Order: sequence, then C-alpha cells, then structure tokens
Amino acid sequence: MFGFPERKNSYYCRPDRNKKQNELIKMDLMKSAQEVLIPAKSVPVFKSGDTITVYYKIIEGNKEREQHFQGVVLQRKDTGATQTFTIRKISNGIGVERIFPLYSPKITKIEVNKKGVVRRARIFYLRNISGKAARIEEK
Amino acid sequence: MSGILGKKIGMTSMFDTEGKNVPCTVIEAGPCVVTQVKTVETDGYNAIQLAFSERREKSATNALKGHFSKANTSPKRKVGEFKDFSVEVKLGDVVKCDIVSEGIFCDVIGTSKGKGFQGVVKRHGFSGVGGATHGQHNRLRAPGSMGASSWPSRVFKGKRLGGRMGGDRVKLQNLQVLKVMPDQNLLIIKGAVPGHNGSFVKVEF
Repeated sequence: MFGFPERKNSYYCRPDRNKKQNELIKMDLMKSAQEVLIPAKSVPVFKSGDTITVYYKIIEGNKEREQHFQGVVLQRKDTGATQTFTIRKISNGIGVERIFPLYSPKITKIEVNKKGVVRRARIFYLRNISGKAARIEEK
Repeated sequence: MSGILGKKIGMTSMFDTEGKNVPCTVIEAGPCVVTQVKTVETDGYNAIQLAFSERREKSATNALKGHFSKANTSPKRKVGEFKDFSVEVKLGDVVKCDIVSEGIFCDVIGTSKGKGFQGVVKRHGFSGVGGATHGQHNRLRAPGSMGASSWPSRVFKGKRLGGRMGGDRVKLQNLQVLKVMPDQNLLIIKGAVPGHNGSFVKVEF
C-alpha cells in the first residue's frame, strides 16, 4: 500500500508497543516526501573545516545579480530537505557568519576551495580564536 | 464539502517558485473507505462516513466488525463524518488523496498537543502582575485580582485560571495544499497542523 512490505506488527498497532518500528515507517514516508521536495541538483561533498565559496543570487528591486561568500564551514545541520550549513569569514577584521539552506534555489554554485582537517563536526571554537591560532590544517 | 482522514507524519520545508523557504507538514491521507452513507430520508441530513487506518481484528468489538462488514471492509481505527460530500461515492468505495487538488485551501482538524497544568500567562495570555523590580517578587506570572470583594463575595464561574491545557480539538483554517502525492498517499500542507506526529487529522476542503 505504501511501497513497503506489510509487516505483522503493522504501523497501525498501538504506538507505544511498536515505537521503533513506527518510527522507521514514519521515516520511510518522510523520506519519500522529501525525495519530491529536494530539488534535483548536485551539491559537492564538504564538511566542517573546509573552505568553500557559495555563489548565490540576490534580488534588488527588479534586478537580479550574483554574489559570492567565501569562508570556513562551521557546521552542517539537519537532514533531508531542511539541511543548512554555516560559513564564517573575517571581513575587515570582523567575523561574519551566514547560514545557507543547502538546497536553496538561490544558490547557483558551491565551490570547495580547501579541504581542512578538523576533529569536530561543529567548529565553533573558531569564533574565539583569531590570527595564527585560527589556521586550519589542509588535507 | 469534501475531505479525507489522515495521519500527521512530520514537518519539513520546501522552496516555492520565488525561492522562499516554506515550512510544511507531511500528512499521510487515506486511503479511506466509505463506511456509511447518510441521506435526508434516513438520517435527516446528507453525509458520508469515512474510515481510515487498519485496526487489528482482535481488538475490534463485534459491533465494530458488523459496522465495517456492511461496507465490506476490515475494521478501521478512525472514522469521521463529512457533511454534503462533494464527490459522488457509494458504500464501500475507497477515497484516496487524489480527490485533493494542489493549491487549494483546506481546513485541518486535529487534537492539539497536551501541555499539562499551565498557568494563566500561557493558558489565557494574561500578562502577569507588575514589574520585576521595586521590591516586588513572585508576582510576575500571577493571575491578579479574582474579582470584587464584599459584593459578590465569591469568584464568578468561568473565571479564567490555571489548569489543564492542550489536548483539545483544534481546527486550523485556510491552509494551502502545496503538493499531492497519490502514489504514496501523501499530502504536503503549508504551515503547521495541530497535534503530535502520528496523530490523526481530518482534512476538509
């Protein structure tokens, strides 16, 4: 009925009894919904510590132009269609962070400039250090 | 009016044509079975009853089994009535989510999440008493005056106070249907709908 085999203890049994299974089936349905929601476009592989450039469109009045933002990826967050990533750069001595939705149609291109070596999935410690200490080892 | 019964799966988001990020809820809607057709002659009004979600044979009472066997179907967990159903259906027909068309506005009825015992600030939107400073303490979220004194010498019935909140039937109106996926029986509706994930909802349009 839903594209997965009928199980003996089905989704429709009492929720508390089959909590884990219900979760799995729920995830199946969510997944099939998200397959439709995620636009078919290729996104390069990158993770926290990498330096990337994001090219995105901005609309000013009627005009549309492209800007780019280059910085270090601090984190990748969420899964599926709602995925986002945070990148940070130092602009005129001031730290600037931007959060982009990964599948935003306004992003035209993502370029991976450097692969960094970090030990954390979320490198917020970068906010507290600057200069030489804030260097990230390259792969 | 027509409608369908379903189950809230969860929330996600999608991008519209302008590139805006739109929050949306995924609902598993149908397939529902028509288990009763009410007419003016027999019941005084026109309505149909839809049933959704398999119930185990073991947990169905004989009364339920009898009711569902009339429509030639297995026992179901949830039934709902829709007055003046706009689609022509007969007893035993299957109603799927393809009766919903993309872009229309629907109402979603569900049972809101239980919030437990809550004070007047959260439950009724009171603003609490006074400020936090000038020697005042522990009045920030208080209900304030209960009413006048010597007359009526009592608190009026219906005075809004703390108490159990949530778990009520809630109807949200004018939610846009963003996508219909008849193969997977899924509806994607803009914004939030009442209730926790996995709870039953009624979609009317």
